[in-house]
Amino acid sequence: MTDTVATRISACELSIGSALPELRKDAITKVQLVKYAGASGDYNLIHTDDETARRVGLDGVIAHGMLSMAFLGQYLCWLTGPESIRRLGVRFVEMVRPGDVLTCRGRVKTVEPEATGRRMTLELWVENQRAQQVTLGEADVVTS
Amino acid sequence: MGGLERVSNPIVSRDLIGRQSDEVLIEVERGAIRKFAEAVGDTTEACLRGEVSPPTFPTTIRIPIPGVTYDLARVLHGGQEYRFQRPIRAGDRLRCRTRLADVYQREGRLGAMTILIIELEGNGENGEPVFTGRSTVIVR
Repeated sequence: MTDTVATRISACELSIGSALPELRKDAITKVQLVKYAGASGDYNLIHTDDETARRVGLDGVIAHGMLSMAFLGQYLCWLTGPESIRRLGVRFVEMVRPGDVLTCRGRVKTVEPEATGRRMTLELWVENQRAQQVTLGEADVVTS
Repeated sequence: MGGLERVSNPIVSRDLIGRQSDEVLIEVERGAIRKFAEAVGDTTEACLRGEVSPPTFPTTIRIPIPGVTYDLARVLHGGQEYRFQRPIRAGDRLRCRTRLADVYQREGRLGAMTILIIELEGNGENGEPVFTGRSTVIVR
């Protein structure tokens, strides 16, 4: 895992408040929502069927909130590697629709030394192409 | 949102707080990890190889809690948290269980809502903790 985290995170002067490099994802597509429904087992039709979505008062299908959380999961793996992640928590605050382009961003909240390295709490969020925050999160990672 | 079945009655009684699912043995398959990572567009190498699961992979573990039912189309996911002792890996055999931790009513932008807190726990075969999850589910 040479392309990971420890490197990426230490590259940005790990002090409290430091902004983390951003990860921009490709635009969400309806095909991605169908694939995510199948891979995750979330078959709620508001994510894949416009008729069902309209019946419950939406304009059309919306992305699974968990897809945006999965983007933050990828972001953490990219920043620090999958072995480092101890906690990831999110709140879904805005809906995401097909065509939206999401970007993961974050900053360092706390850094504490540990026996074998350091533990960091990161503030994370996902924003759309209008710079609206759609998902807010926090993570704990342990790096050597 | 582990633990929920699709049914028509929207109200979940507070009497059900504390109710648990049966324990289910989940065998984590390499192909399931790869399929999940591909759907997300997660380019983490160990995930694309199917060796280590992406952090939100536990969402694939859906275990109904008896009596906890609602109309899926009326559900919004409010929040989610996962905690890990270590990453979930291909070949893991996890003993998993879901539990209804809380139920309460709230007035929101969309009117009266029922909020469910569903916890998920995954332990190794010898009982050692591997991960936990906590879902906030909004039924409107």
